[in-house]
Amino acid sequence: MRRLTWFNATSLTLGFAFLYIPMIIVIIYSFNESRLVTVWGGFSTKWYGELFQNEAFLDAALVTFQVGLISSLIATILGTMGAYVLVRGGRFFGRTLFSGMIYAPLVMPEVITGLSLLLLFISIGLDRGMTTIVLAHATFSMCYVSVVVSSRLVSFDRSVEEAALDLGCTPFDAFRSVTLPIIAPAVISGWLLALTLSLDDLVIASFVAGPSSTTLPIKVFSSVRLGVSPEINALSTILIGIVTIGTVAASLTTKRAALRRKREQQMAEQAS
Amino acid sequence: MNWRRIALISVPFLWLLGLFLVPFFIVLKISLSDIALAIPPYTPTLELSEGWSGLRDLVAQLDFENFAFLADDDLYWKSYLSSVQIAFVSTFMCLLIGFPIAYGMANAPTEWQPTLMLLVILPFWTSFLIRVYSLIGLLSQEGMINQFLMWIGLINEPLMILNTNWAVYIGIVYTYCPFMILPIYATLIKLDGSLLEAAEDLGCSRTEAFWRITIPLSKAGIIAGCFLVFIPALGEFVIPSLLGGSGTLMIGKVLFEEFFANRDWPVASAVAVILLLILIIPIVMYQRNEQKMMEADT
Repeated sequence: MRRLTWFNATSLTLGFAFLYIPMIIVIIYSFNESRLVTVWGGFSTKWYGELFQNEAFLDAALVTFQVGLISSLIATILGTMGAYVLVRGGRFFGRTLFSGMIYAPLVMPEVITGLSLLLLFISIGLDRGMTTIVLAHATFSMCYVSVVVSSRLVSFDRSVEEAALDLGCTPFDAFRSVTLPIIAPAVISGWLLALTLSLDDLVIASFVAGPSSTTLPIKVFSSVRLGVSPEINALSTILIGIVTIGTVAASLTTKRAALRRKREQQMAEQAS
Repeated sequence: MNWRRIALISVPFLWLLGLFLVPFFIVLKISLSDIALAIPPYTPTLELSEGWSGLRDLVAQLDFENFAFLADDDLYWKSYLSSVQIAFVSTFMCLLIGFPIAYGMANAPTEWQPTLMLLVILPFWTSFLIRVYSLIGLLSQEGMINQFLMWIGLINEPLMILNTNWAVYIGIVYTYCPFMILPIYATLIKLDGSLLEAAEDLGCSRTEAFWRITIPLSKAGIIAGCFLVFIPALGEFVIPSLLGGSGTLMIGKVLFEEFFANRDWPVASAVAVILLLILIIPIVMYQRNEQKMMEADT
């Protein structure tokens, strides 16, 4: 049944061309000697040099990475707790409200989330800066982590956990030595998702960032408003490169893990 | 009920309560307040020191003036309408482009599937802002598309694409396409090929089998994909402000400008409240569809 017809081949080629050509052009033009973005002036890496001399970009990148690391860590812990409560929490007062609060931020327009958080920070008198960005990012990312982790929690065999409890583990020990290793891949992908969301976010950060804490997306946005520039092309190329390496590496790792599991299963079957 | 369980539940619960739910009530409250030349720039503010009487005074001063203002001024309801229209048209365009890609992926040789999947997910992990930015150079008057069209002689002078609604449509379709492809692909890959063979054996043509079997069985994926594009596109801010022109009215952009350029917080809050009310319908429909899909799986 799986055969490559002309129709399918054409739609795949055109579709992926549509998805990739704009980014490929940005990458090509980041190596352009000329400042004019439409004229090819020969190969050069000078824009990368200029990018790394640009203090404002470097400062913004530093803020972005700090915010990303801290907020994704908080989001991973809170999100995993949230997933555990959703799947294993049983009945408690406010359960429906809780699951609503986990799912709602996923579909909330960023302008509303940003506005509402800013109004909260102002009304409790919290100064805008890195702390407020971290709080905002941790809040919406934890919901993504919860969704990713809870889908893994739902699908795994609960009896192993019960066995640990029967054998005298405390619930916390059972979680640490049985549940956590099983859900670890989901926790890691949730963390990566939280990190990416935080590094990418422009709208929410624009609302809650103070003047002293400009993140990279805010900086990029304000310079992109003035038009295309070779420095931004260089920066985009670096970011696209990081994401590509990361995604390919992650998919190779999962593929290898799946192969190993299959081999181990075969060996176990042969042994029995 | 032991203290560990209470702690486990209350930490994420209180976090979301304080940083997600309470802020909404603040937005709601400010949307009923009046603009003032003060810090914060609205009145009345809650005086906790005055206790219950302070709260009563506060409630007495709230009114629906901002909502009346929104209804009176053309700009706002036109922006809501044009946001819905832009989101609707671009969702449809996404479906027209995304479905063939998902179909092609699901019918590609099995050993290609992981690579194709990777190719769809990669743009999804790439910075949204950078993907929107990559379109600017392509669509501008001296950009690649115009140069190409002039080179092949189709047009004599460059087309104005950037800073029009066309660029906004292209931007939304380009950035949200993976959200359409993935759920459709997920339903198509589960489709039992023998059903199509049976239909063909019973005398259906391939096109007929496609419309009578493939489409109905992938309906849940199509619906999920459409909502995943429509809902975020409705409140979109980055795409209209970078690709759209001065004539592009989208409510996310209006809200942002109302807040930062006009510093009218009460009106910005009222705009947010209405946007949320509009979004509730598609959000509820989307979650119903998700539940149906989950039940179908088990």
